[in-house]
Amino acid sequence: MFVELNNLLNTTPDRAEQGKLTLLCDAKTDGSFLVHHFLSFYLKANCKVCFVALFQSFSHYNIVGQKLGVNLTVARERGQLVFLEGLKSAVDVFFQTQEEPHPLQFLREANAENLKPLFEFVREALKPVDSGEARWTYPVLLVDDLSVLLSLGMGAVAVLDFIHYCRATVCWELKGNMVILVHDSGDVEDEENDILLNGVSHQSHLILRAEGLATGFCRDVHGQLRILWRRPLQPTAQRDQSLTYQYKIQDKSVSFFAKGMSPAVL
Amino acid sequence: MLDSLLSLGGLVLLRDSVEWEGRSLLKALVKKSALCGEQVHILGCEVSEEEFREGFDSDINNRLVYHDFFRDPLNWSKTEEALPGGPLGALRAICKRTDPGPVTIALDSLSWLLLHLPCTTLCQALHAVSHQDACPGDSSPVGKVSVLGLLHEELHGPGPVGALSSLAQTEVTLGSTKGQASAHILCRRPRQRPTDQTQWFSILPDFSLDLQEGPSIESQPYSDPHIPPVDPTTHLTFNLHLSKKEREAKDSLILPFQFSSEKQQALLRPRPGQATSHIFYEPDAYDDLDQEDPDDDLDI
Repeated sequence: MFVELNNLLNTTPDRAEQGKLTLLCDAKTDGSFLVHHFLSFYLKANCKVCFVALFQSFSHYNIVGQKLGVNLTVARERGQLVFLEGLKSAVDVFFQTQEEPHPLQFLREANAENLKPLFEFVREALKPVDSGEARWTYPVLLVDDLSVLLSLGMGAVAVLDFIHYCRATVCWELKGNMVILVHDSGDVEDEENDILLNGVSHQSHLILRAEGLATGFCRDVHGQLRILWRRPLQPTAQRDQSLTYQYKIQDKSVSFFAKGMSPAVL
Repeated sequence: MLDSLLSLGGLVLLRDSVEWEGRSLLKALVKKSALCGEQVHILGCEVSEEEFREGFDSDINNRLVYHDFFRDPLNWSKTEEALPGGPLGALRAICKRTDPGPVTIALDSLSWLLLHLPCTTLCQALHAVSHQDACPGDSSPVGKVSVLGLLHEELHGPGPVGALSSLAQTEVTLGSTKGQASAHILCRRPRQRPTDQTQWFSILPDFSLDLQEGPSIESQPYSDPHIPPVDPTTHLTFNLHLSKKEREAKDSLILPFQFSSEKQQALLRPRPGQATSHIFYEPDAYDDLDQEDPDDDLDI
Protein backbone atom coordinates (compact mmCIF):
# COMPACT_ATOMS: atom_id res chain seq x y z
CA MET A 1 0.00 0.00 0.00
CA PHE A 2 1.14 3.50 -0.63
CA VAL A 3 1.46 5.52 2.54
CA GLU A 4 1.08 8.84 0.74
CA LEU A 5 -2.23 7.75 -0.72
CA ASN A 6 -3.40 6.72 2.76
CA ASN A 7 -2.58 10.21 3.96
CA LEU A 8 -4.52 11.80 1.14
CA LEU A 9 -7.54 9.63 1.87
CA ASN A 10 -7.06 10.13 5.60
CA THR A 11 -7.20 6.45 6.40
CA THR A 12 -5.01 3.64 7.74
CA PRO A 13 -5.54 -0.12 7.76
CA ASP A 14 -6.47 0.04 11.44
CA ARG A 15 -9.21 2.59 11.21
CA ALA A 16 -10.72 2.28 7.76
CA GLU A 17 -14.43 2.93 7.36
CA GLN A 18 -16.71 -0.01 6.77
CA GLY A 19 -19.67 -0.51 4.50
CA LYS A 20 -18.22 1.65 1.72
CA LEU A 21 -17.99 1.22 -2.01
CA THR A 22 -14.90 2.73 -3.61
CA LEU A 23 -14.85 3.23 -7.35
CA LEU A 24 -11.51 3.34 -9.17
CA CYS A 25 -11.63 4.61 -12.67
CA ASP A 26 -8.92 5.41 -15.17
CA ALA A 27 -8.99 7.45 -18.33
CA LYS A 28 -6.13 7.55 -20.83
CA THR A 29 -3.79 5.93 -18.35
CA ASP A 30 -3.35 2.75 -16.33
CA GLY A 31 -5.02 2.91 -12.97
CA SER A 32 -4.09 -0.57 -11.83
CA PHE A 33 -1.65 0.81 -9.23
CA LEU A 34 -4.75 1.73 -7.24
CA VAL A 35 -5.91 -1.88 -7.32
CA HIS A 36 -2.56 -3.07 -5.99
CA HIS A 37 -2.74 -0.41 -3.29
CA PHE A 38 -6.15 -1.50 -2.05
CA LEU A 39 -5.28 -5.19 -2.27
CA SER A 40 -2.26 -4.77 -0.03
CA PHE A 41 -4.14 -2.29 2.19
CA TYR A 42 -6.94 -4.69 3.00
CA LEU A 43 -4.65 -7.70 3.38
CA LYS A 44 -2.64 -5.73 5.90
CA ALA A 45 -5.86 -4.73 7.65
CA ASN A 46 -6.47 -8.45 8.25
CA CYS A 47 -9.62 -8.52 6.16
CA LYS A 48 -11.02 -11.46 4.29
CA VAL A 49 -10.57 -10.50 0.66
CA CYS A 50 -12.40 -11.91 -2.34
CA PHE A 51 -10.58 -10.81 -5.48
CA VAL A 52 -12.36 -11.23 -8.81
CA ALA A 53 -9.33 -10.77 -11.05
CA LEU A 54 -10.43 -10.72 -14.66
CA PHE A 55 -7.67 -8.62 -16.09
CA GLN A 56 -4.31 -10.14 -15.06
CA SER A 57 -2.98 -13.44 -13.85
CA PHE A 58 -2.37 -14.41 -10.23
CA SER A 59 1.40 -14.26 -10.59
CA HIS A 60 1.22 -10.67 -11.81
CA TYR A 61 -0.62 -9.52 -8.71
CA ASN A 62 1.67 -11.63 -6.57
CA ILE A 63 4.83 -10.06 -7.95
CA VAL A 64 3.53 -6.53 -7.45
CA GLY A 65 2.13 -7.48 -4.07
CA GLN A 66 5.53 -8.66 -2.90
CA LYS A 67 6.97 -5.24 -3.72
CA LEU A 68 4.27 -3.75 -1.53
CA GLY A 69 4.88 -6.16 1.31
CA VAL A 70 2.13 -8.79 0.98
CA ASN A 71 2.42 -12.38 -0.14
CA LEU A 72 -0.67 -13.48 -2.03
CA THR A 73 0.28 -17.16 -2.09
CA VAL A 74 0.52 -17.28 1.68
CA ALA A 75 -2.70 -15.29 2.06
CA ARG A 76 -4.49 -17.71 -0.24
CA GLU A 77 -3.23 -20.71 1.66
CA ARG A 78 -4.25 -19.20 4.98
CA GLY A 79 -7.75 -18.66 3.70
CA GLN A 80 -7.54 -14.89 3.90
CA LEU A 81 -7.65 -14.41 0.13
CA VAL A 82 -10.15 -16.02 -2.22
CA PHE A 83 -8.83 -15.46 -5.72
CA LEU A 84 -10.90 -15.94 -8.86
CA GLU A 85 -8.38 -15.95 -11.67
CA GLY A 86 -10.57 -15.02 -14.63
CA LEU A 87 -8.02 -15.84 -17.29
CA LYS A 88 -7.57 -19.42 -16.07
CA SER A 89 -11.10 -20.26 -15.01
CA ALA A 90 -12.60 -18.95 -18.23
CA VAL A 91 -11.02 -21.93 -19.93
CA ASP A 92 -12.23 -24.28 -17.19
CA VAL A 93 -15.83 -23.38 -17.99
CA PHE A 94 -15.65 -25.28 -21.23
CA PHE A 95 -14.00 -28.39 -19.82
CA GLN A 96 -16.22 -28.72 -16.79
CA THR A 97 -19.37 -30.76 -16.54
CA GLN A 98 -22.51 -28.75 -16.36
CA GLU A 99 -23.63 -29.90 -12.93
CA GLU A 100 -22.00 -27.23 -10.86
CA PRO A 101 -22.62 -23.63 -11.76
CA HIS A 102 -19.35 -21.94 -12.51
CA PRO A 103 -18.90 -18.28 -11.59
CA LEU A 104 -18.19 -17.44 -15.22
CA GLN A 105 -21.13 -19.48 -16.42
CA PHE A 106 -22.30 -16.66 -18.65
CA LEU A 107 -19.47 -17.44 -21.07
CA ARG A 108 -21.16 -20.69 -21.95
CA GLU A 109 -24.63 -19.35 -22.46
CA ALA A 110 -25.76 -17.64 -25.59
CA ASN A 111 -28.06 -15.18 -23.85
CA ALA A 112 -26.84 -14.88 -20.32
CA GLU A 113 -29.34 -12.68 -18.56
CA ASN A 114 -27.59 -12.07 -15.30
CA LEU A 115 -24.44 -12.65 -13.29
CA LYS A 116 -26.14 -14.61 -10.52
CA PRO A 117 -23.52 -17.44 -10.47
CA LEU A 118 -20.74 -14.90 -10.05
CA PHE A 119 -22.64 -13.23 -7.22
CA GLU A 120 -23.17 -16.56 -5.53
CA PHE A 121 -19.46 -17.29 -5.77
CA VAL A 122 -18.72 -13.96 -4.06
CA ARG A 123 -21.34 -14.53 -1.38
CA GLU A 124 -20.02 -18.00 -0.69
CA ALA A 125 -16.44 -16.74 -0.50
CA LEU A 126 -17.17 -13.96 1.95
CA LYS A 127 -19.80 -15.48 4.17
CA PRO A 128 -18.72 -15.55 7.79
CA VAL A 129 -17.45 -18.92 8.89
CA ASP A 130 -18.84 -20.17 12.18
CA SER A 131 -15.56 -20.89 13.87
CA GLY A 132 -14.72 -20.26 17.50
CA GLU A 133 -12.98 -16.92 17.09
CA ALA A 134 -13.28 -14.27 14.39
CA ARG A 135 -10.06 -14.51 12.41
CA TRP A 136 -10.68 -11.69 9.99
CA THR A 137 -11.93 -8.18 10.64
CA TYR A 138 -14.44 -7.62 7.83
CA PRO A 139 -14.92 -8.88 4.27
CA VAL A 140 -13.74 -6.99 1.21
CA LEU A 141 -14.63 -7.52 -2.45
CA LEU A 142 -12.16 -6.35 -5.06
CA VAL A 143 -12.96 -6.45 -8.78
CA ASP A 144 -10.40 -5.83 -11.54
CA ASP A 145 -12.05 -4.91 -13.72
CA LEU A 146 -15.69 -4.53 -14.49
CA SER A 147 -15.33 -3.35 -18.08
CA VAL A 148 -14.09 -6.84 -18.99
CA LEU A 149 -17.57 -8.18 -18.29
CA LEU A 150 -18.98 -5.77 -20.84
CA SER A 151 -16.43 -6.94 -23.37
CA LEU A 152 -17.44 -10.53 -22.69
CA GLY A 153 -20.98 -9.80 -23.72
CA MET A 154 -22.90 -8.89 -20.60
CA GLY A 155 -25.15 -5.87 -20.72
CA ALA A 156 -24.53 -2.84 -18.54
CA VAL A 157 -27.75 -3.35 -16.58
CA ALA A 158 -26.79 -6.97 -15.77
CA VAL A 159 -23.40 -5.85 -14.47
CA LEU A 160 -25.05 -3.06 -12.45
CA ASP A 161 -27.41 -5.60 -10.93
CA PHE A 162 -24.43 -7.77 -9.96
CA ILE A 163 -22.82 -4.77 -8.24
CA HIS A 164 -26.12 -3.98 -6.56
CA TYR A 165 -26.45 -7.45 -5.11
CA CYS A 166 -22.79 -7.48 -4.05
CA ARG A 167 -23.33 -4.13 -2.34
CA ALA A 168 -26.42 -5.40 -0.55
CA THR A 169 -24.54 -8.44 0.71
CA VAL A 170 -20.99 -7.22 1.27
CA CYS A 171 -21.51 -3.58 2.27
CA TRP A 172 -24.88 -3.68 3.97
CA GLU A 173 -25.30 -7.20 5.35
CA LEU A 174 -21.70 -8.06 6.18
CA LYS A 175 -20.53 -4.46 6.82
CA GLY A 176 -17.59 -4.93 4.52
CA ASN A 177 -16.08 -2.82 1.74
CA MET A 178 -15.98 -3.02 -2.02
CA VAL A 179 -13.38 -1.70 -4.45
CA ILE A 180 -14.28 -1.77 -8.14
CA LEU A 181 -12.18 -0.73 -11.12
CA VAL A 182 -13.96 0.49 -14.26
CA HIS A 183 -12.14 1.81 -17.30
CA ASP A 184 -13.32 5.06 -18.81
CA SER A 185 -12.65 4.64 -22.45
CA GLY A 186 -13.54 8.23 -23.21
CA ASP A 187 -15.17 6.89 -26.33
CA VAL A 188 -18.32 8.79 -27.08
CA GLU A 189 -19.86 5.82 -28.83
CA ASP A 190 -19.41 3.35 -25.98
CA GLU A 191 -22.75 3.97 -24.29
CA GLU A 192 -22.76 0.74 -22.32
CA ASN A 193 -19.49 1.61 -20.61
CA ASP A 194 -20.79 5.08 -19.83
CA ILE A 195 -23.95 3.67 -18.26
CA LEU A 196 -21.85 1.23 -16.25
CA LEU A 197 -19.41 3.89 -15.07
CA ASN A 198 -22.12 6.38 -14.14
CA GLY A 199 -24.26 3.72 -12.53
CA VAL A 200 -21.44 2.55 -10.27
CA SER A 201 -20.46 6.18 -9.59
CA HIS A 202 -23.91 6.89 -8.24
CA GLN A 203 -23.68 3.89 -5.93
CA SER A 204 -20.20 4.68 -4.60
CA HIS A 205 -19.05 6.64 -1.57
CA LEU A 206 -15.56 7.46 -2.83
CA ILE A 207 -14.37 7.86 -6.40
CA LEU A 208 -10.66 7.81 -7.32
CA ARG A 209 -10.11 8.80 -10.91
CA ALA A 210 -6.68 8.46 -12.48
CA GLU A 211 -6.32 10.52 -15.63
CA GLY A 212 -3.49 10.93 -18.04
CA LEU A 213 -2.15 14.44 -18.41
CA ALA A 214 -3.96 16.55 -20.97
CA THR A 215 -0.63 17.48 -22.50
CA GLY A 216 0.41 13.88 -23.10
CA PHE A 217 3.09 11.56 -21.75
CA CYS A 218 5.60 12.92 -19.28
CA ARG A 219 8.51 11.10 -17.72
CA ASP A 220 8.25 12.76 -14.34
CA VAL A 221 4.51 13.10 -13.92
CA HIS A 222 2.64 9.98 -14.83
CA GLY A 223 -0.84 11.32 -14.35
CA GLN A 224 -3.38 13.09 -12.26
CA LEU A 225 -5.58 11.64 -9.51
CA ARG A 226 -8.98 13.12 -8.72
CA ILE A 227 -10.51 12.17 -5.40
CA LEU A 228 -14.25 12.74 -5.05
CA TRP A 229 -16.10 12.10 -1.82
CA ARG A 230 -19.82 11.78 -2.41
CA ARG A 231 -21.19 13.37 0.69
CA PRO A 232 -24.48 15.11 1.28
CA LEU A 233 -24.69 18.80 0.55
CA GLN A 234 -23.47 20.17 3.83
CA PRO A 235 -22.26 23.73 4.12
CA THR A 236 -18.92 22.83 5.65
CA ALA A 237 -18.06 20.08 3.25
CA GLN A 238 -17.75 22.28 0.16
CA ARG A 239 -14.01 22.29 -0.07
CA ASP A 240 -13.50 18.70 0.94
CA GLN A 241 -15.60 17.33 -1.84
CA SER A 242 -13.01 17.01 -4.56
CA LEU A 243 -9.21 17.06 -4.56
CA THR A 244 -6.79 16.75 -7.44
CA TYR A 245 -3.17 15.59 -7.20
CA GLN A 246 -0.52 14.59 -9.69
CA TYR A 247 1.53 11.48 -9.18
CA LYS A 248 4.62 9.62 -10.24
CA ILE A 249 4.84 5.84 -9.97
CA GLN A 250 8.14 4.52 -8.71
CA ASP A 251 9.32 0.99 -8.17
CA LYS A 252 7.78 0.40 -4.76
CA SER A 253 5.81 3.53 -4.08
CA VAL A 254 3.85 6.32 -5.64
CA SER A 255 4.58 9.92 -4.81
CA PHE A 256 1.81 12.50 -4.89
CA PHE A 257 2.14 16.24 -5.19
CA ALA A 258 -0.04 19.23 -5.89
CA LYS A 259 -0.59 20.19 -9.49
CA GLY A 260 2.49 21.76 -11.01
CA MET A 261 4.65 21.03 -7.96
CA SER A 262 6.53 18.01 -9.26
CA PRO A 263 10.08 17.95 -7.90
CA ALA A 264 11.38 17.62 -11.43
CA VAL A 265 9.78 20.89 -12.46
CA LEU A 266 10.56 23.08 -9.46
CA MET B 1 -39.82 28.04 -3.88
CA LEU B 2 -37.97 24.88 -3.07
CA ASP B 3 -40.00 24.39 0.07
CA SER B 4 -43.35 24.66 -1.70
CA LEU B 5 -42.63 22.02 -4.33
CA LEU B 6 -44.93 19.46 -2.86
CA SER B 7 -47.95 21.74 -2.60
CA LEU B 8 -48.56 21.48 -6.32
CA GLY B 9 -48.85 17.73 -6.38
CA GLY B 10 -48.09 15.58 -9.38
CA LEU B 11 -44.67 14.34 -10.37
CA VAL B 12 -41.62 16.20 -9.07
CA LEU B 13 -38.46 15.15 -10.88
CA LEU B 14 -35.19 15.53 -8.97
CA ARG B 15 -32.36 15.37 -11.49
CA ASP B 16 -28.96 14.84 -9.94
CA SER B 17 -25.50 13.93 -11.15
CA VAL B 18 -22.41 12.21 -9.80
CA GLU B 19 -20.92 15.48 -8.56
CA TRP B 20 -24.15 16.75 -6.97
CA GLU B 21 -26.14 13.97 -5.44
CA GLY B 22 -29.83 14.38 -4.88
CA ARG B 23 -30.72 11.86 -2.20
CA SER B 24 -30.26 14.40 0.60
CA LEU B 25 -32.73 16.75 -1.07
CA LEU B 26 -35.13 13.85 -1.53
CA LYS B 27 -34.85 13.04 2.16
CA ALA B 28 -35.33 16.70 3.08
CA LEU B 29 -38.54 16.87 1.03
CA VAL B 30 -39.72 13.56 2.52
CA LYS B 31 -39.14 14.97 5.99
CA LYS B 32 -41.14 18.08 5.07
CA SER B 33 -44.13 16.04 3.94
CA ALA B 34 -43.96 13.87 7.02
CA LEU B 35 -43.97 16.96 9.22
CA CYS B 36 -47.03 18.24 7.37
CA GLY B 37 -48.87 15.14 8.42
CA GLU B 38 -49.00 13.43 5.04
CA GLN B 39 -48.61 9.73 4.48
CA VAL B 40 -45.20 9.03 3.00
CA HIS B 41 -44.37 5.88 1.08
CA ILE B 42 -40.85 5.18 -0.08
CA LEU B 43 -39.97 2.74 -2.84
CA GLY B 44 -36.35 2.08 -1.94
CA CYS B 45 -34.37 0.40 -4.70
CA GLU B 46 -30.93 1.90 -4.31
CA VAL B 47 -30.11 2.17 -0.64
CA SER B 48 -30.98 0.05 2.34
CA GLU B 49 -33.78 0.97 4.70
CA GLU B 50 -31.33 1.82 7.48
CA GLU B 51 -29.37 4.13 5.26
CA PHE B 52 -32.52 5.93 4.13
CA ARG B 53 -33.92 6.30 7.61
CA GLU B 54 -30.57 7.51 8.97
CA GLY B 55 -30.73 11.10 10.13
CA PHE B 56 -34.48 11.15 10.71
CA ASP B 57 -35.80 11.25 14.23
CA SER B 58 -38.23 8.66 15.45
CA ASP B 59 -41.50 10.53 14.93
CA ILE B 60 -40.69 11.04 11.28
CA ASN B 61 -39.53 7.46 10.92
CA ASN B 62 -42.84 6.28 12.30
CA ARG B 63 -44.69 8.05 9.51
CA LEU B 64 -42.54 6.62 6.74
CA VAL B 65 -43.63 3.39 5.09
CA TYR B 66 -40.61 1.82 3.41
CA HIS B 67 -41.07 -0.70 0.62
CA ASP B 68 -37.78 -2.55 0.41
CA PHE B 69 -36.60 -3.33 -3.09
CA PHE B 70 -32.93 -3.07 -2.17
CA ARG B 71 -32.19 -6.41 -0.62
CA ASP B 72 -33.48 -8.67 -3.34
CA PRO B 73 -35.13 -6.76 -6.17
CA LEU B 74 -34.78 -9.47 -8.81
CA ASN B 75 -35.69 -12.33 -6.52
CA TRP B 76 -32.35 -14.10 -6.81
CA SER B 77 -32.69 -15.63 -3.42
CA LYS B 78 -35.91 -17.34 -4.53
CA THR B 79 -37.60 -16.82 -1.19
CA GLU B 80 -41.19 -15.85 -0.61
CA GLU B 81 -40.20 -12.51 0.88
CA ALA B 82 -40.16 -10.73 -2.46
CA LEU B 83 -43.03 -8.29 -2.77
CA PRO B 84 -45.40 -9.41 -5.49
CA GLY B 85 -45.63 -7.37 -8.65
CA GLY B 86 -42.33 -5.65 -8.14
CA PRO B 87 -42.04 -1.92 -7.64
CA LEU B 88 -44.87 -1.06 -10.03
CA GLY B 89 -47.20 -3.42 -8.23
CA ALA B 90 -46.34 -1.72 -4.97
CA LEU B 91 -46.95 1.66 -6.59
CA ARG B 92 -50.39 0.65 -7.78
CA ALA B 93 -51.20 -0.85 -4.40
CA ILE B 94 -50.40 2.44 -2.69
CA CYS B 95 -52.81 4.23 -4.98
CA LYS B 96 -55.64 1.80 -4.35
CA ARG B 97 -55.67 2.82 -0.72
CA THR B 98 -58.99 3.46 0.87
CA ASP B 99 -58.27 6.30 3.25
CA PRO B 100 -58.33 9.82 1.89
CA GLY B 101 -55.69 12.36 2.60
CA PRO B 102 -52.64 13.60 0.81
CA VAL B 103 -49.97 11.06 0.02
CA THR B 104 -46.35 11.53 -0.95
CA ILE B 105 -44.56 8.74 -2.78
CA ALA B 106 -40.79 8.93 -3.00
CA LEU B 107 -39.18 6.85 -5.77
CA ASP B 108 -35.55 6.09 -4.95
CA SER B 109 -34.77 5.92 -7.63
CA LEU B 110 -36.57 6.50 -10.91
CA SER B 111 -33.31 5.63 -12.68
CA TRP B 112 -33.39 2.14 -11.25
CA LEU B 113 -36.96 1.70 -12.45
CA LEU B 114 -36.13 3.11 -15.86
CA LEU B 115 -33.21 0.70 -16.29
CA HIS B 116 -35.28 -2.33 -15.35
CA LEU B 117 -38.68 -1.56 -16.82
CA PRO B 118 -39.72 -0.45 -20.27
CA CYS B 119 -40.00 3.32 -20.46
CA THR B 120 -43.59 3.22 -21.71
CA THR B 121 -44.79 1.04 -18.84
CA LEU B 122 -43.14 3.30 -16.31
CA CYS B 123 -44.53 6.46 -17.87
CA GLN B 124 -48.04 5.01 -17.98
CA ALA B 125 -47.84 3.99 -14.33
CA LEU B 126 -46.55 7.42 -13.30
CA HIS B 127 -49.26 9.13 -15.30
CA ALA B 128 -51.93 6.98 -13.69
CA VAL B 129 -50.57 7.68 -10.23
CA SER B 130 -50.13 11.41 -10.50
CA HIS B 131 -53.42 12.06 -12.26
CA GLN B 132 -55.45 9.93 -9.97
CA ASP B 133 -58.23 12.41 -9.31
CA ALA B 134 -59.27 12.05 -12.92
CA CYS B 135 -60.00 8.34 -12.69
CA PRO B 136 -63.72 7.52 -12.87
CA GLY B 137 -65.74 5.09 -10.84
CA ASP B 138 -64.12 6.00 -7.58
CA SER B 139 -66.70 7.08 -5.10
CA SER B 140 -64.41 7.97 -2.22
CA PRO B 141 -62.73 11.34 -2.39
CA VAL B 142 -59.06 10.87 -3.12
CA GLY B 143 -56.45 13.18 -1.73
CA LYS B 144 -53.61 14.82 -3.55
CA VAL B 145 -50.81 12.54 -4.63
CA SER B 146 -47.27 13.86 -4.93
CA VAL B 147 -44.61 11.68 -6.48
CA LEU B 148 -40.96 12.56 -5.89
CA GLY B 149 -38.71 10.82 -8.37
CA LEU B 150 -34.93 10.81 -8.10
CA LEU B 151 -33.37 10.61 -11.56
CA HIS B 152 -29.67 10.24 -12.30
CA GLU B 153 -29.30 12.22 -15.47
CA GLU B 154 -26.19 10.62 -16.90
CA LEU B 155 -27.62 7.14 -17.00
CA HIS B 156 -30.28 7.72 -19.60
CA GLY B 157 -30.54 9.03 -23.08
CA PRO B 158 -32.48 12.13 -24.04
CA GLY B 159 -35.57 10.11 -25.04
CA PRO B 160 -36.56 8.61 -21.68
CA VAL B 161 -35.49 11.72 -19.80
CA GLY B 162 -37.59 13.86 -22.13
CA ALA B 163 -40.60 11.58 -21.65
CA LEU B 164 -40.34 11.79 -17.86
CA SER B 165 -39.75 15.49 -18.06
CA SER B 166 -42.96 16.02 -20.00
CA LEU B 167 -44.88 14.07 -17.37
CA ALA B 168 -43.47 16.11 -14.54
CA GLN B 169 -45.17 19.14 -13.05
CA THR B 170 -41.92 20.30 -11.50
CA GLU B 171 -38.32 19.60 -12.40
CA VAL B 172 -35.46 20.34 -10.03
CA THR B 173 -31.95 20.08 -11.49
CA LEU B 174 -29.14 20.03 -8.96
CA GLY B 175 -25.82 21.61 -9.64
CA SER B 176 -23.71 24.47 -8.57
CA THR B 177 -23.96 28.12 -9.47
CA LYS B 178 -21.11 30.46 -8.58
CA GLY B 179 -19.45 27.79 -6.53
CA GLN B 180 -22.36 26.92 -4.27
CA ALA B 181 -24.95 24.17 -4.38
CA SER B 182 -28.05 25.31 -6.18
CA ALA B 183 -31.26 23.92 -7.57
CA HIS B 184 -32.70 25.02 -10.88
CA ILE B 185 -36.47 24.70 -10.57
CA LEU B 186 -38.74 24.53 -13.58
CA CYS B 187 -42.39 24.61 -12.66
CA ARG B 188 -45.29 23.86 -14.98
CA ARG B 189 -48.64 24.93 -13.63
CA PRO B 190 -51.77 24.17 -15.62
CA ARG B 191 -52.88 27.03 -17.83
CA GLN B 192 -49.89 29.13 -16.90
CA ARG B 193 -46.50 29.75 -18.37
CA PRO B 194 -43.73 27.57 -16.99
CA THR B 195 -41.59 29.43 -14.49
CA ASP B 196 -37.99 28.76 -13.70
CA GLN B 197 -35.73 30.04 -11.00
CA THR B 198 -32.47 29.17 -9.31
CA GLN B 199 -32.40 28.63 -5.58
CA TRP B 200 -29.26 28.27 -3.50
CA PHE B 201 -29.63 25.89 -0.63
CA SER B 202 -27.91 23.53 1.71
CA ILE B 203 -29.12 20.53 3.66
CA LEU B 204 -28.51 20.54 7.39
CA PRO B 205 -27.47 17.36 9.19
CA ASP B 206 -31.02 16.74 10.37
CA PHE B 207 -32.25 16.97 6.76
CA SER B 208 -33.99 20.28 7.03
CA LEU B 209 -33.70 22.64 4.10
CA ASP B 210 -31.68 25.79 4.53
CA LEU B 211 -32.52 28.23 1.73
CA GLN B 212 -29.88 30.79 0.97
CA GLU B 213 -29.83 34.03 -0.95
CA GLY B 214 -26.80 33.28 -2.96
CA PRO B 215 -23.05 33.16 -2.58
CA SER B 216 -21.99 36.08 -0.39
CA ILE B 217 -19.82 38.59 -2.18
CA GLU B 218 -17.48 39.06 0.79
CA SER B 219 -16.42 35.47 0.95
CA GLN B 220 -13.45 35.22 -1.36
CA PRO B 221 -11.78 31.90 -0.82
CA TYR B 222 -8.39 32.95 -2.14
CA SER B 223 -7.58 36.26 -0.39
CA ASP B 224 -6.38 35.98 3.15
CA PRO B 225 -5.98 39.30 5.02
CA HIS B 226 -3.56 37.81 7.54
CA ILE B 227 -0.78 37.22 5.03
CA PRO B 228 1.04 40.54 4.30
CA PRO B 229 1.83 41.25 0.67
CA VAL B 230 5.29 40.02 -0.18
CA ASP B 231 7.85 42.48 -1.61
CA PRO B 232 9.50 40.67 -4.53
CA THR B 233 12.56 42.98 -4.65
CA THR B 234 13.96 41.96 -1.25
CA HIS B 235 16.18 39.04 -2.24
CA LEU B 236 17.54 40.06 -5.63
CA THR B 237 21.19 39.91 -6.65
CA PHE B 238 20.92 43.14 -8.63
CA ASN B 239 19.82 46.63 -7.64
CA LEU B 240 16.38 47.75 -8.73
CA HIS B 241 16.30 50.97 -6.68
CA LEU B 242 17.50 54.45 -7.71
CA SER B 243 19.31 56.91 -5.47
CA LYS B 244 18.15 60.55 -5.34
CA LYS B 245 20.88 61.86 -7.66
CA GLU B 246 20.22 59.08 -10.16
CA ARG B 247 16.55 59.85 -10.11
CA GLU B 248 17.14 63.55 -10.75
CA ALA B 249 19.49 62.83 -13.63
CA LYS B 250 16.96 60.43 -15.08
CA ASP B 251 14.13 62.92 -14.88
CA SER B 252 16.10 65.73 -16.49
CA LEU B 253 17.31 63.67 -19.43
CA ILE B 254 15.88 64.65 -22.79
CA LEU B 255 15.23 61.70 -24.98
CA PRO B 256 16.95 61.84 -28.37
CA PHE B 257 13.80 61.51 -30.45
CA GLN B 258 11.56 63.67 -28.35
CA PHE B 259 10.64 66.74 -30.41
CA SER B 260 10.68 69.60 -27.96
CA SER B 261 10.60 73.29 -28.82
CA GLU B 262 14.36 73.68 -28.22
CA LYS B 263 15.11 71.03 -30.75
CA GLN B 264 12.80 72.66 -33.24
CA GLN B 265 14.63 76.00 -32.93
CA ALA B 266 17.99 74.29 -33.25
CA LEU B 267 17.01 72.67 -36.51
CA LEU B 268 15.51 75.80 -38.01
CA ARG B 269 18.50 77.97 -37.20
CA PRO B 270 21.71 76.72 -38.79
CA ARG B 271 24.50 76.59 -36.28
CA PRO B 272 27.20 79.13 -36.97
CA GLY B 273 30.23 77.03 -36.21
CA GLN B 274 29.36 74.20 -38.52
CA ALA B 275 30.74 74.40 -42.07
CA THR B 276 28.74 72.83 -44.81
CA SER B 277 30.46 69.83 -46.22
CA HIS B 278 31.95 69.83 -49.70
CA ILE B 279 32.25 67.00 -52.15
CA PHE B 280 35.27 67.07 -54.45
CA TYR B 281 34.77 65.00 -57.58
CA GLU B 282 37.06 64.45 -60.49
CA PRO B 283 35.34 62.65 -63.35
CA ASP B 284 37.09 59.61 -64.79
CA ALA B 285 37.75 59.04 -68.46
CA TYR B 286 34.72 56.78 -68.79
CA ASP B 287 32.30 58.96 -66.98
CA ASP B 288 29.61 60.47 -69.04
CA LEU B 289 27.79 63.39 -67.51
CA ASP B 290 25.08 63.28 -70.10
CA GLN B 291 21.82 63.35 -68.14
CA GLU B 292 19.72 62.24 -71.08
CA ASP B 293 21.60 59.02 -71.67
CA PRO B 294 23.16 57.96 -68.37
CA ASP B 295 23.70 54.32 -69.43
CA ASP B 296 25.31 55.27 -72.66
CA ASP B 297 23.51 52.67 -74.67
CA LEU B 298 21.34 54.63 -76.96
CA ASP B 299 22.37 54.12 -80.49
CA ILE B 300 21.74 57.47 -81.92
